[in-house]
Amino acid sequence: MTINWFKYASPASFYFLAGRMVPYFATLAIIFLVVGLYIGFFVAPTDFQQGEAYRIIFIHVPAAWMSMFLYVIMAFWAGVGLAFNTRLSSMVASAIAPTGAMFAFLALWTGAWWGKPMWGTWWVWDARLTSELILFFLYIGFMSLQAAIDDPKRADKAGAVIALVGVVNVPIIYFSVQWWNTLHQGASVSLVQSPKMATAMLSGMLIMTLAAWMYSIVMILTRTRLIILERERHTAWVSELKEGVLE
Amino acid sequence: MIWWIVKRDLLLAMRRRSDVLTTLFFFIIVVSLFPLGVGPEPNILRTMASGVVWVAALLASMLSLGRMFSSDYADGTLEQMLLSPVSLAALVTGKAISHWLVTGIPLVLMAPILGIQYDLPGDALLVLTLSLLLGTPVLSLIGAIGAALTLGLRGGGVLVSILVLPLYIPVLIFGTGAVEASSAGMEFGAHFSILGAFLLVSIVFSPWATAASLRISMS
Repeated sequence: MTINWFKYASPASFYFLAGRMVPYFATLAIIFLVVGLYIGFFVAPTDFQQGEAYRIIFIHVPAAWMSMFLYVIMAFWAGVGLAFNTRLSSMVASAIAPTGAMFAFLALWTGAWWGKPMWGTWWVWDARLTSELILFFLYIGFMSLQAAIDDPKRADKAGAVIALVGVVNVPIIYFSVQWWNTLHQGASVSLVQSPKMATAMLSGMLIMTLAAWMYSIVMILTRTRLIILERERHTAWVSELKEGVLE
Repeated sequence: MIWWIVKRDLLLAMRRRSDVLTTLFFFIIVVSLFPLGVGPEPNILRTMASGVVWVAALLASMLSLGRMFSSDYADGTLEQMLLSPVSLAALVTGKAISHWLVTGIPLVLMAPILGIQYDLPGDALLVLTLSLLLGTPVLSLIGAIGAALTLGLRGGGVLVSILVLPLYIPVLIFGTGAVEASSAGMEFGAHFSILGAFLLVSIVFSPWATAASLRISMS
């Protein structure tokens, strides 16, 4: 039996696959969210230096991670769309942007809430904060460029170029801690060293990251489905869908 | 081929001198507005001089990006350039070089005079000018990508600022960093090295990305 690897590269078949996948990922997202928040609020011990205020990391760190991760994924799919002219890849890239921008905003917002009690200021011009802000601007640039172009093909390709140009910025964000070494505390989690935080804190944070990840998948799949419907509204299968012939 | 484009664009710029002067005067006016807003205290002015001059240079360079391709686009020259057998990346490099010669060089030459207005000492003036000399070509090269992507779009001018200004930030950081390091009596060679690295990387990648963007915008 040969497998048709490209079956789900067609928007029409992906639409139904995504529709079937959404409930599973939504369930996972809710489970991880409940468990993660429970650990975060009730299991994780109070930090001896930062008191209760540190608990914002259970939102802040996953949001910051997801915002960077999603930008890379967005640039990847946009690049695939540019290179192979696969419409679905570009649609997924456009679907990722709003969720990524939301996470970048959330990371900045929760960072400000954490910064006020810890550093005594809502905002400092530190390398990592600034890079996160730039990342947010890059998302905004990507979305406004795509919004300004009426022809979806040109919008996809132009967005892909700007996403790939911007992806150069993501490693700068990551290494900025080493490069500029300023006020922001160094990364507490590393794959090579043993973590410097309590196990409960770490597991809460990782579970919240999984929750954010699953949530992103749900949002991206749902948004891709909407984009597919919008772009394919003149095709036969969408009108059949509208008349309730297809399931 | 690159030089042919540069010569042609310079000739066009000389025939329309007001365009060049407008960008330069924009730069001068923006820099002159800050003391009026902040106050004439020399110590404050001296510390913010490099940042103000650099931000004004970013804005001036960005505002003139629209002209890089739009007139050629309007009269069909750009289409002929795309059809020509010569590498589009080379043509685009010529465009970026002439943009730099027309907008970047006047800014570099004007910067020491504006620095004097801000009471910068001699060494800092020199470092400021050199940092602009290294940094402004990067602005033209990165800006070319934005100009190509927004070609012929509604509200292209505002859009190009959203696309391009975030990408200018590293240049701004190290350009002003060099001046601050020299004012503090520290070694500023590292900042110049990084600016030079930005320049080399953008020379390699920007013409290629700009050519791809032009093809997308013109298809």
